[in-house]
Amino acid sequence: MTNAVRPEQTKYKTTDIVDFVIVGSGAAGGVLAKELSSNGFSVVVLEQGPYLHESDFSHDEVKVLQEDLLTNHPKLQPTTVRKTPKDKARLQRAFVYGRAVGGTSNHFTANFWRFHEIDFKERSKIGAVPGSTLVDWPISYADLEKYYTKVEWEVGVSGLAGASPFDPPRSKPYPMPPLPVKANGIIFERAARKLGWNPFPAPMAILSQPRAGRSACVNCGFCLGFGCEVKAKSSSLVSMIPLAEKSGKCEIRPNSYVHKIAIDERGRASGAVYFDEKKNVCLQKAKGIILSCNGAETPRLLLLSASNKFPDGLANSSGYVGKNLMFNSSAVSVGVFEEQTNDYKGYAVSRILHDFYELDAQKVGFYGGGGLDARFDMTPIGFGFGGLPPGSPRWGKDFKAALAHNWTRTFEIYGHGTSLPVQDNGFDLDPDVQDAWRLPALRMTYKDHPDDLKLAHWLAERSHELLAAAGAKQKWTFPIDEQQFSVHLLGTCRMGDDPQTSVVNSDHQAHDVKNLFICDGSSLVTSGRGQPTMTIMALAFRAADRIALLAKRGDLSA
Amino acid sequence: MFRSVAALGATWTAAHWPAVVAAAEHARKVAVSPESQKWEFFTPAEAKEVEAVASCVIPSDGTPGAREAGVVYFIDRALVTFSVDDQKTYRQGLPGIQKRLKELFPDATTFSSATAQQQEAVLQSLDEAGAKNPPHRPRANFLPGSAAQPLFEVLRAHAIAGFLVDPDSDRRGNRGGVGWAVIGRDPGHSFQPPFSAIDKDYPGWQPVSSGKDANAK
Repeated sequence: MTNAVRPEQTKYKTTDIVDFVIVGSGAAGGVLAKELSSNGFSVVVLEQGPYLHESDFSHDEVKVLQEDLLTNHPKLQPTTVRKTPKDKARLQRAFVYGRAVGGTSNHFTANFWRFHEIDFKERSKIGAVPGSTLVDWPISYADLEKYYTKVEWEVGVSGLAGASPFDPPRSKPYPMPPLPVKANGIIFERAARKLGWNPFPAPMAILSQPRAGRSACVNCGFCLGFGCEVKAKSSSLVSMIPLAEKSGKCEIRPNSYVHKIAIDERGRASGAVYFDEKKNVCLQKAKGIILSCNGAETPRLLLLSASNKFPDGLANSSGYVGKNLMFNSSAVSVGVFEEQTNDYKGYAVSRILHDFYELDAQKVGFYGGGGLDARFDMTPIGFGFGGLPPGSPRWGKDFKAALAHNWTRTFEIYGHGTSLPVQDNGFDLDPDVQDAWRLPALRMTYKDHPDDLKLAHWLAERSHELLAAAGAKQKWTFPIDEQQFSVHLLGTCRMGDDPQTSVVNSDHQAHDVKNLFICDGSSLVTSGRGQPTMTIMALAFRAADRIALLAKRGDLSA
Repeated sequence: MFRSVAALGATWTAAHWPAVVAAAEHARKVAVSPESQKWEFFTPAEAKEVEAVASCVIPSDGTPGAREAGVVYFIDRALVTFSVDDQKTYRQGLPGIQKRLKELFPDATTFSSATAQQQEAVLQSLDEAGAKNPPHRPRANFLPGSAAQPLFEVLRAHAIAGFLVDPDSDRRGNRGGVGWAVIGRDPGHSFQPPFSAIDKDYPGWQPVSSGKDANAK
């Protein structure tokens, strides 16, 4: 592991009162670190995971996926899962998130399309949805547009502006053309057009051309779950963190596990308490604290920071910390084709469609919307475990022959869509289970809103129509069950104007603590239709502007 | 020797057979090197039985199988690294396989020396999960990893992983890349389009409104 800190790096003492401590270095934390340090603020980023680089990455599925090279460790950080508050939670892995500098942006698939206008004001348009706490955002698509553009140009997104008739308005084209099309994209595009749908080149946070000292994609085929060895994937690690360090005002401090926000006698955040690599307890002092841990660890940190002043957890006067968890509903259908597609080569998704973004609830009988894409995100071992059609032999010569035939002829149609916010869905502290640092473990409570499951089935039906139109020799859908596991962790500290029903305001400032900010997946008010990372990054660019303005005005120390 | 190759399709075989043969030969050379003979967990007798079971999961039937890929070496190392929790499953489970063999075929001695038909019958009787398991989407923690699983289920997963793991890793599996060659995965880690005959002649994305019919074959 190349954990060694390079000598020229900026370092702060824990006793230095820096302008900002940012907890987490992922999609949001990386952007905030770069923006605030470039703006002259002193910044310490506390990241619980190690500082890995391209040379540490690997295509060894055991090392990366089984041993969690880049991700949270279920043995050190156990979680428990239950469906409703009445149930007893069971020890079970609830989620995967990035646990290294760069966070989940290291290993994501890199689908990077903008949310649409409807995602921000759906409640006003469709009215109340029974069983859901659906509300509008306090900001609109127009407020975020220029920040989406910043993500595309500064982080690096490949795509074709205007290719989708459903795309929201944009101020600038993409900085790079789409990546080379894959066979699954072509098959998808031809079949979708037969059905009258509007497929378009998928916008991806992967470089199609060399840019900013980073290589274009070399099509190795190890995207989902893996770090990119050539810096083509636009993670925080390669796009934002180097610029933050270059500013001379930012220290990235890995292996620093923050477990409490310190509060002064005025009820302001005064620093972040963390375990260093040797489990020593340290306190980094700061004028302002920004939490960008993710939709699970951010609410956990707030709940762990309960005190006499904040008995229900920090910034939790609303009781909304950890509530309204959303995942994005999904359905995965698979087709096997006669001709070889060799989709193991290259990134995952080259064509996508958004014809179903806004479904008419009166017609379909449920609330929601989404899209379809063609992808192949399986790596060899994963394919060996779960890539063959139902009823296939599980061992022996016929099993081997099926693997040999199907690996180069299989791809997935991925249906991605809305998750409705439900009050009881969320995270809190498990009363019985502790992590390796003897801190309460996360307990997840989650039961899909019935409409989310109906949407998943509906998207699977469209996927089957598409696979039939494409001439797939075999097709099936992975069972659509109630979800008990996710990688999209959204909505658990939602933003809003009303301190009674939200945790942060539209500046990402905690309603209860003036110098505490929260910006990550937990800030999202609705789930979008899948693929939240681009929106998280756009929010972070905007939050950095707002936070800088407040800090310069003196609002944080007032 | 070629009995299962028909199932692979003539095109695939023509394109890949020389590579498969070359890879298999390389694997065999590696497999007999003194370094690879050291056992990190198994006794030699256990290793022999494990290899025989793995070889039933992915047989050497005209193309390389678990044996040529060195899967038993992968499992041996797995049991002192990422699958250390499964040690007991192997140590206590192997006599169970032997016991089942004796129940079904009183004259047989060890699983590894039993006939192919006898081995298949034993494993079929142990394959509780059966052939009709619904598919599970691959996810991050993909190996059984729990002592609650019966040996056959763990060994099956280990055999697949050992056959298909990145051959450049230090896991001692997929020797010479034979597993990847069998499934038709090019050994490279960087590729340039066209990736297949399908994208070779693709004219490029066209908007529908241009009047050009991208569906035309």
